[in-house]
Amino acid sequence: MDAQAIIAKRIARELRSGMLVNLGIGIPTLVANYLPEGVNVFFQSENGLIGTGPIPEEGMGHPTLTDAGGSPVTALPGASTFDSATSFGLIRGGHLDLTVLGGLQVDAQGHLANWMIPGKMVPGMGGAMDLVTGAKRVIIAMQHTAKGKPKILEKCTLPLTSARPVDLVVSEMAVIGFPGGRATLLETAPGVSVDQVLAATEARLATPENVVEMPL
Amino acid sequence: MKTISVQEAASMIPDGASLMVGGFMGVGTPHRLIDELVRQGKRDLIVIANDNAKPGVGIGKLVDAGRVARTIASHIGLNPETQRQMISGQMAVDLVPQGTLIERIRAGGYGLGGILTPTGVGTVVEEGKRKIEIEGKAYLIETALRADFALVHAFLADYTGNLSYALTARNFNPVIAMAADTVIATADNIVPVGLIAPDHVVTPAAIVDYLVANR
Repeated sequence: MDAQAIIAKRIARELRSGMLVNLGIGIPTLVANYLPEGVNVFFQSENGLIGTGPIPEEGMGHPTLTDAGGSPVTALPGASTFDSATSFGLIRGGHLDLTVLGGLQVDAQGHLANWMIPGKMVPGMGGAMDLVTGAKRVIIAMQHTAKGKPKILEKCTLPLTSARPVDLVVSEMAVIGFPGGRATLLETAPGVSVDQVLAATEARLATPENVVEMPL
Repeated sequence: MKTISVQEAASMIPDGASLMVGGFMGVGTPHRLIDELVRQGKRDLIVIANDNAKPGVGIGKLVDAGRVARTIASHIGLNPETQRQMISGQMAVDLVPQGTLIERIRAGGYGLGGILTPTGVGTVVEEGKRKIEIEGKAYLIETALRADFALVHAFLADYTGNLSYALTARNFNPVIAMAADTVIATADNIVPVGLIAPDHVVTPAAIVDYLVANR
């Protein structure tokens, strides 16, 4: 299983029936592919859709039914559409149970930086700041390192997305939580040792005795 | 409400005007109006919208032609031309969190001076803004936004200007329709009065100033 599949599959286990879930672009989008059998959630697209379904077959898309990237999607039976004020009311107002987002950096307290690299990449924050600030639970899906350099740092060097810490970081190596505001190693991926995770992480990780293998 | 041609509609918009434009990555954008603004050579425009779409699409066409002096948007990541013009200083870009942008527009249309939001607290977004605490939680004061014109795209319009929208092409449209001095609408279909049931009217005709006739 490649890194992205490990991350997406592990996060899919966090989904429970009835949840309202917003998936970001990139690895987060893949989570929908690994939804456990019998689990039915509502996926939200922040451009104004609850009940987002799979990508339509070639030629079956419609120009007015799109995801947050502007690409064609389908709507499942029971779907609803609404304007952007309602969409962000859902996000900020505590109605969104879970968001899964990509990350550039996460720090030892769980602060996320994922929206810009000054001087290099200034795409705008889009909905990321509202999602991290407002969702009941925030999970970050990201590779553990970028070009060999740790992405889980003592302190983020890039501009933060929100003052609100994330709840969980899932990488291809580990699952990290932030109980008591401190980065804590919860699970290691199959075949990955605690020492390997520590070596690939800059932030000091609390390592309880009961670090378990990531269920996939 | 008056029905006019797309040429007449664009000719009402002067150089330097502020425009709120509906659409999300070009979906729900009044494309014919944008094309006509480009054709008529309108310039120095201030464009308030969710995004700048991408080169060759919707608002991206105004950017390609160098007609946008300033944009207020939440995301320009899929338009490298906007980013190029921003870095070269040709275009000013104000980036606003999406939920804050739509609420600032809503406030502008609903007679409010602004809104209080937790989004952006503790980030670069709070720079230069007032922060207040209510019941122990910090909020930013984000001021209302209005524009000279709202360029709206609907799925259905009736002859009086009632509008309803299709699926994800709704997005910013009904909100910007409340927040501009002059509202100009295009629609995929213009239908007789009564075909849009009152319950299904999203933007009431009373706030639509001009409806662009279909060819």
